[in-house]
Amino acid sequence: MKGNEALAEAAIQAGCSFYAGYPITPQNEIPEYLSRKLPAAGGTFIQAESEVAAINMVYGASACGARAMTSSSSPGISLKQEGISFLAGAELPAVIVNMQRGGPGLGNISASQADYFQAVKGGGHGDYRMIVYAPYNVQELWDLTLLAFDKADEYRTPVMVLGDGILGQMMEPFEPTPYVRPLLPEKTWALGGCVNRQPNVVRSLYMADGELERRNGLLQEKYRTMKARDVLYQTYDVGDAELIVVSFGIAARIAIAAVRKLREEGWKIGHFRPVTLFPFPERQLRELAGPDRRFMTVELNAGQMVEDVRLAVNGRSDVLFYGRPGGAIMTPEELYERLKDELKG
Amino acid sequence: MNKTIDRSPSLKKVPLRYCPGCGHIIIHRLIAEVIDALNIRERTIGIAPVGCAVFAYDYFDIDMLEVAHGRPPAAATGMKRVRPDSIVFSYQGDGDLASIGTAEIVHAANRGENISVFFVNNATYGMTGGQMAPTTLRGQVTTTTPKGRETGTAGYPLHVAEMLAALEGPSLIARTAVDSPANVKTTRDLIERSFRCQLENKGFSMIEILSACPTNWNMTPSQSTIWLREHMMNEFKLGVFRDAGKANVTRG
Ligand SMILES: Cc1ncc(C[n+]2csc(CCOP(=O)(O)OP(=O)(O)O)c2C)c(N)n1
Repeated sequence: MKGNEALAEAAIQAGCSFYAGYPITPQNEIPEYLSRKLPAAGGTFIQAESEVAAINMVYGASACGARAMTSSSSPGISLKQEGISFLAGAELPAVIVNMQRGGPGLGNISASQADYFQAVKGGGHGDYRMIVYAPYNVQELWDLTLLAFDKADEYRTPVMVLGDGILGQMMEPFEPTPYVRPLLPEKTWALGGCVNRQPNVVRSLYMADGELERRNGLLQEKYRTMKARDVLYQTYDVGDAELIVVSFGIAARIAIAAVRKLREEGWKIGHFRPVTLFPFPERQLRELAGPDRRFMTVELNAGQMVEDVRLAVNGRSDVLFYGRPGGAIMTPEELYERLKDELKG
Repeated sequence: MNKTIDRSPSLKKVPLRYCPGCGHIIIHRLIAEVIDALNIRERTIGIAPVGCAVFAYDYFDIDMLEVAHGRPPAAATGMKRVRPDSIVFSYQGDGDLASIGTAEIVHAANRGENISVFFVNNATYGMTGGQMAPTTLRGQVTTTTPKGRETGTAGYPLHVAEMLAALEGPSLIARTAVDSPANVKTTRDLIERSFRCQLENKGFSMIEILSACPTNWNMTPSQSTIWLREHMMNEFKLGVFRDAGKANVTRG
């Protein structure tokens, strides 16, 4: 089973009953798998006429209370941004998968992390964020997809699973842990006919005096709660490290291999892997910062997450960057040499 | 004479903030009346478009969703598929449906989604101040066609009903108007037929409704009624263009 298929099956296990998407490489295994399996599980699969239509179908399905998902890759995710902004504004849960490819424009179809800014800073118009999960293996594609549906419902928010071309195509053993549904609030806001209740309205338009600012305040409150409760990250050998490599997703697999090798050789190096890119592990990074320690972010882009690490450490440590943009990928050996140069000083 | 007819319960007793002579008011009333006549208020979910009717969610006393400009047929698809027992309608203007949302309406129609679409054609963009719409007539002056619509650069009035009637997906496609008591009656009947299509699982239906916009046409309400009859109806023929197998029956 490829990473993309594991993700698709996890969505079914999590009770996703509606999927709409438009074909784009490298994530086609997701719609293909769901077209075979979702109807049999009682759900709806639609190949939409465009990514714009797909995200709006998800918007409609979610407004009616269904667990709904769409998936795409970078150019298609750009097209979904208006819809994601509407989901955030109307406080509708949804899961959006981006198996990133190289950009800008049509770019290429190899793995990339160039959509980091778009994913974590909002992406569409208006002041909003979404929870962004960055799996780095097939196990996490499974686990974080299950979690994404729960968090979407818990916060009534769009949640993104941010993968990349390699992760989606990868085959490796994983444990398909059974889905256990947590206690979540009833969707009393959902549309479905006003039987024995006042009509429900789902909207993002707030024209009355001060109304929109109040709504924005509620959204920001939600994001503060996420920052306090939902940060996920993993550290390796950071205790005495003089250099901490920070990377996520597929770049973290490469970086961890290089860091381990250097550790075995006795270098004081560690690794920090954000699993949630929003909420970003700001506090955890800040607590690790200090004058005797440097950070280096390793990314498959021209330097995006490095800005958030700099904000987090706020001048307490130097923050370096190593990356390959445009769908290029570094080898562990290449990174090993680069890190060793840095450690030698 | 002081006789007034009370509003149907599905339309709230709040002021409808439309200009005098605006067709949206009549069309809202008709939809609400049919919902109540068919006794489907507690099963119905409506979609408010981006356009002058954006506040429809404040007017209809039913579950309502507000959707991005042009995307109601896609959202309605998602809604109906997860709630097949609900009655789902979208209410859209000509900018919403015939310009920015052409892909969504064509493909929802082509899939034969079991939804009702009420398409209000007033030959202009009302909400944004009277710019050219795809349905603007040849030579019609708007705020973005100061010399009148020139087909050489701005294209031709788009005939949505005829376009959709050419597809195999739809069950019922018709064009009507709300300019006279007789046409208002026909419009009401077509709205009812559209909802019945859905109740009987016959699939997609769209009722295009020619409607006046005196404010942006720079006319009085009575002048605009005459203009609608003399000019719009000349371009946009009324009739039933597709009726589940009975295709292209035109009148008027
Ligand atoms: C993506 C996007 N583009 C443009 C607009 C601005 N806008 C609001 S309503 C509208 C057109 C409305 O015209 P129509 O659909 O004919 O409805 P009417 O107001 O005439 O009833 C436009 C262009 C918008 N809200 N969103």
